[in-house]
Amino acid sequence: MNEYRGLADIISTVEFNHTGELLATGDKGGRVVIFQREQESKNQVHRRGEYNVYSTFQSHEPEFDYLKSLEIEEKINKIRWLPQQNAAYFLLSTNDKTVKLWKVSERDKRPEGYNLKDEEGRLRDPATITTLRVPVLRPMDLMVEATPRRVFANAHTYHINSISVNSDYETYMSADDLRINLWNFEITNQSFNIVDIKPANMEELTEVITAAEFHPHHCNTFVYSSSKGTIRLCDMRASALCDRHTKFFEEPEDPSNRSFFSEIISSISDVKFSHSGRYIMTRDYLTVKVWDLNMENRPIETYQVHDYLRSKLCSLYENDCIFDKFECVWNGSDSVIMTGSYNNFFRMFDRNTKRDVTLEASRENSKPRAILKPRKVCVGGKRRKDEISVDSLDFSKKILHTAWHPSENIIAVAATNNLYIFQDKVN
Amino acid sequence: MFARGLKRKSAEDAEDADGGGAGVPAAPSYTLQRQSLLDMSLVKLQLCHMLVEPNLCRSVLIANTVRQIQEEMTQDGTWRVVAPQAAGRAPLDRLVSTEILCRSGREQEGEGDGPLPDPAPGQAPRRPQSSPWGLDGSREGRGGFQKSLDHIFETLENKTPGSVEELFSDVDSSYYDLDAVLTGMVGGTPSGPGLPAFAPAAAAPPSSTCRSDLGELEHAVEILVET
Repeated sequence: MNEYRGLADIISTVEFNHTGELLATGDKGGRVVIFQREQESKNQVHRRGEYNVYSTFQSHEPEFDYLKSLEIEEKINKIRWLPQQNAAYFLLSTNDKTVKLWKVSERDKRPEGYNLKDEEGRLRDPATITTLRVPVLRPMDLMVEATPRRVFANAHTYHINSISVNSDYETYMSADDLRINLWNFEITNQSFNIVDIKPANMEELTEVITAAEFHPHHCNTFVYSSSKGTIRLCDMRASALCDRHTKFFEEPEDPSNRSFFSEIISSISDVKFSHSGRYIMTRDYLTVKVWDLNMENRPIETYQVHDYLRSKLCSLYENDCIFDKFECVWNGSDSVIMTGSYNNFFRMFDRNTKRDVTLEASRENSKPRAILKPRKVCVGGKRRKDEISVDSLDFSKKILHTAWHPSENIIAVAATNNLYIFQDKVN
Repeated sequence: MFARGLKRKSAEDAEDADGGGAGVPAAPSYTLQRQSLLDMSLVKLQLCHMLVEPNLCRSVLIANTVRQIQEEMTQDGTWRVVAPQAAGRAPLDRLVSTEILCRSGREQEGEGDGPLPDPAPGQAPRRPQSSPWGLDGSREGRGGFQKSLDHIFETLENKTPGSVEELFSDVDSSYYDLDAVLTGMVGGTPSGPGLPAFAPAAAAPPSSTCRSDLGELEHAVEILVET
């Protein structure tokens, strides 16, 4: 079963909330669109579990930094949900510079019967009021409102690439190219710097932070990845400034594969803890790797996403595709991992069976409720029917952002400005 | 696979390198591939000034690639170094052209030397007194290429759009940039003040892929024009 939505702008982030009931997307125009899953209904079995638009709001606007004569893009880099604690939903959304906390709440009643105002809201002349009444709440059409509750600004000189909510639900972190800051949700005018890799001389800069995430259960632990393919695990109890890592994950370089592009393709574009908290997954340009937190010298699993690109690295460097930042996600049970590729392909790897599949998110190849057909890329030699040759791949169609429902086999795939939602057929 | 417009040239050069024996063009040699990669990287670093906000990660990765190439070329001695007799006149060009690369950073630093005259096409040497640094090395010297890299990073924090247009308004000055940067690269470590920054740090015999060849210069310009 699958469906798609056409959105006006390029989707830049996708995220399910903790129950999977809501799915949020952020786009290049600074908008957030939230989808809600329809409740199961006996009358409309075929519509069970479909996602419909729940709320749309403008999260960030373009800004201009007058000091540097630079425009600050309104593009939403990341959205992270807070766990639900009352009737309202809360999420963090961020662009390059500013993080905002949004409250999304429903209103289905409104007060009627004011004394000083009439039904249209116009003030009544007090002299005409002869009786008093108590306003009552009457049902109204459901309205979903999003209000900004906090704005966390002016704490990042460089571009924010990650935000992560801590398991204590009181703090979160925001990471840019060179620094990571810790925030308390209640305090917007200050943050605590916990990682700073900016060298005294910018001339000596050779490495940047590419992603960061809190451990799902240990509120003192977080990881951050770098452009040199390393991951550092830090413990905030050890010291205030976590410049010294507790663990350092790096795979030794394969000398036979060394080229001028080795460092670029080793740059990690995403890092994610498993739901269990025992593993981390990293995505670099050609592979996805799973690391055991207890083994720092190499990953326990490596999956080739599109190794056929290895011989094309020079072209991909020329057209800048080599700098594309793909994300990766775990399924709810940590048994399957998923990541995107080019030509609107995305890949899933089953860690237990070691089987993998390539699927395509495109309108031409999928109709609603049709089953996705596995795709295959042919590297050389004879191309079979249905296979695509490497040179025919469309590198402008890249799937950078995907999300997996926390407990069910429902995935959301962002293909440029279209969102695809795929579900396991359940009979 | 490589930069557009490069293939034919590479084949011709490869043919020349092989002594013109083969009638069929050979695959581009490793040296040429490496050179074109270097050129591409330098152009990318310059282009990044034009973005709304440069992507720091991308710039760092490209700069690291350039450093790698430079290190390797220094090690195997293909790094052409400025000959001493040319130091009298040519380095002024290079001072000027490196200055173009660095201009936006300098403006932010509030240099009191006043604006540099715009580089005019084909106008090679500058009058000494118009050089912002003078010949006495009043400006703290740094390796020419290292300086360019430094300023690229500083410029990422202090971008001024106006200077960027001047960077690209003149193809010939762009040639100066590439050539100056390439020939000015010596080991990447800061050396003495002013001119010595461009002096050879390691003696290396000029290789056969000498960049003073006009054809190669045109080729560099070609890359810039195409991008």
